[in-house]
Amino acid sequence: MTTRSLRSLSGALKPLFNGHLSRPPPARYGGRHTVTLIPGDGIGPELANHVRELFRFCCVPVDFEVVNVDSSMASEDDINNAIMAIRRNGVALKGNIETNHNLPPSYKSRNNLLRTTLDLYANVMHCQSLPGVRTRHRNIDIMIIRENTEGEYSSLEHENVPGVVECLKIITKTKSLRIADYAFRTARAKGRRRVTAVHKANIMKLGDGLFLECCKEVACGYPEISFDSMIVDNTSMQLVSRPQQFDVMVMPNLYGNIVSNVCAGLVGGPGLVPGANYGEDYAVFETGTRNTGKSIANRNSANPTAMLLASCLLLDHLRLHAYASMIRRAILSTVTETRLHTADLGGQGSTSDVVQSIMNAIQSTGPQTLSI
Amino acid sequence: MAGSVWRSMLTHVARAAKRPALSSASFSRGLQTVTLIPGDGIGPEISTAVMKIFEAAKAPISWEERNVTAIKGPGGRWMIPPDAKESMDKSKIGLKGPLKTPIAAGHPSMNLLLRKTFDLYANVRPCISIEGYKTPYTDVDLVTIRENTEGEYSGIEHVIVDGVVQSIKLITENASRRIAEYAFEYARNNQRNSVTAVHKANIMRMSDGLFLRKCREVAENYKDIKFTEMYLDTVCLNMVQDPTQFDVLVMPNLYGDILSDLCAGLIGGLGVTPSGNIGANGVAIFESVHGTAPDIAGLDMANPTALLLSAVMMLRHMGLHDHGNKIQTACFDTIRDKKVLTKDLGGNSKCSEFTAEICRRIQDMD
Repeated sequence: MTTRSLRSLSGALKPLFNGHLSRPPPARYGGRHTVTLIPGDGIGPELANHVRELFRFCCVPVDFEVVNVDSSMASEDDINNAIMAIRRNGVALKGNIETNHNLPPSYKSRNNLLRTTLDLYANVMHCQSLPGVRTRHRNIDIMIIRENTEGEYSSLEHENVPGVVECLKIITKTKSLRIADYAFRTARAKGRRRVTAVHKANIMKLGDGLFLECCKEVACGYPEISFDSMIVDNTSMQLVSRPQQFDVMVMPNLYGNIVSNVCAGLVGGPGLVPGANYGEDYAVFETGTRNTGKSIANRNSANPTAMLLASCLLLDHLRLHAYASMIRRAILSTVTETRLHTADLGGQGSTSDVVQSIMNAIQSTGPQTLSI
Repeated sequence: MAGSVWRSMLTHVARAAKRPALSSASFSRGLQTVTLIPGDGIGPEISTAVMKIFEAAKAPISWEERNVTAIKGPGGRWMIPPDAKESMDKSKIGLKGPLKTPIAAGHPSMNLLLRKTFDLYANVRPCISIEGYKTPYTDVDLVTIRENTEGEYSGIEHVIVDGVVQSIKLITENASRRIAEYAFEYARNNQRNSVTAVHKANIMRMSDGLFLRKCREVAENYKDIKFTEMYLDTVCLNMVQDPTQFDVLVMPNLYGDILSDLCAGLIGGLGVTPSGNIGANGVAIFESVHGTAPDIAGLDMANPTALLLSAVMMLRHMGLHDHGNKIQTACFDTIRDKKVLTKDLGGNSKCSEFTAEICRRIQDMD
């Protein structure tokens, strides 16, 4: 792929990229990036294959280093290898790794381990209503920024006496300031007007109170962005009645889990929304709602949109904006075609049909791929 | 004085002997006493509306009105007034309007006080779509049962060092077993088919794991009810896409708080959602969960639907299903007709007109 052809691939869509990471990602040799790929469980492996297929078709200068993580193994070697690979490459694309919750507490969630070890403190999910996808609510455009490493997911639990269990929820000032700052910086970079902090400080006065204080403190430094807060139960009620009122939302870990799943459901389901986990040094991209999709695995019926859009976020992160725009445009044009909808959107299309259609869309627009 | 004490003891014993705490046995001989707490703001108006409708339906209820304000008892502990407590202990059933929580009053919220006084461990919210009050979700018919005493709302928080705060989520075996038992009993008594435990045991392995284990154990004794477990995020995701797949949901405190409000949002908000709190010793307090709406208090504009549906829940709890069904049908018919609706439902009638319309329908039914 020559530089001349690269330049001519200017996409019509302005890329949605994470603008504040100024350092280029590390693993770039001979113009080709190396990205860690963790297929995961359930529908993960097939979707990872589709990503690779699509990238090969588009001649994207990305090589994937595949690291398999076996969720049934008790030892943490697999996930540690994956973490090491991500440290080496700087970016990763991952499927969800299953956690068997019947195992004892010594077996920690692999996904959580990855996030906390690499300090991927911000989980960003952009939920937008897509044309062509029938939902109950229209015109939704919410960006959810969720603290990804502390809060209720600290996995610090103990049994004081048999039958009485305590689980610690940790909120720290540094991490709250960090995520609030990330939220406002992103809002500013993307030209968003309003940031809403979601909390339950009326009950958890110290914990969520601290979070709210940090958000307010950071808000003072961004006068052009209006800041307000909302209690989480009211937020969920508002989300199902009038989701159009929300712009950017920032919140601790557990509320983020709930709100992001509600928003994903509102715009069409888990198959449509990509998610990104950003840290100071690393970035990991995955589907927004982190489902393994065990029940639909290997049936060629999963919706590849979320994973493919996540790979576009990955390309934007690697500054390969032209490729990202090209693929994103093709994906969005395919999603509007109702006859190709997969089962989760109420259609009967298969995963391979959707991917084929995306490839056709790319072929018909770009001059480079005509000769392939 | 002694005579009335004897009489109340006898009725108490007789009632307890006739009815186990959670069954739907009918005991409609004579009037049942219910403690009515009108509350603040629009509370008194909607309570009057409910009393009027009950009178029209000839429900065998005798109301005992009490007010609850926080008073300092002996030993400096805040408590509810003794006459209110005595009335509740005697009647075991309460209907409560909205109570205002004054900020910086020095005492905990009234709802918290009531919860602690009567050990109200289960919060039950049936969410049924109201025909005639359009929301994007039709065909919602589910019940959320939330553990109300522990979990994330134990209020145990500490500042460990400056800038690091720890909140403790408490899960105990007894509370989990109790709420699971209540959920299955409720499902059985109300002809529901399945109970789903909502949890996050993949992350909170010990705490939600304990909750889940207790639910599984209790499920063994209720083989006629289908038991499933689902992650909280999956429930949220599926709930906004297709709420018809859920039946009875049981969960710890925080998830319950958020999910029950989410479900209330699905059917139209807190103004039309009933709610009941079940306590130990057979106490049950049914309430409307909306606020006191001080801006429309006294203007005859309030919507009594939430309190009315809670009162219907109360009738069902007491076994008076016929009266409950009659009142509920009248209420739903009035809303479906759309001729006489209060402002929040989209009409411009007064509260008294809405009430009168429902009373008229009930009387026409006889």
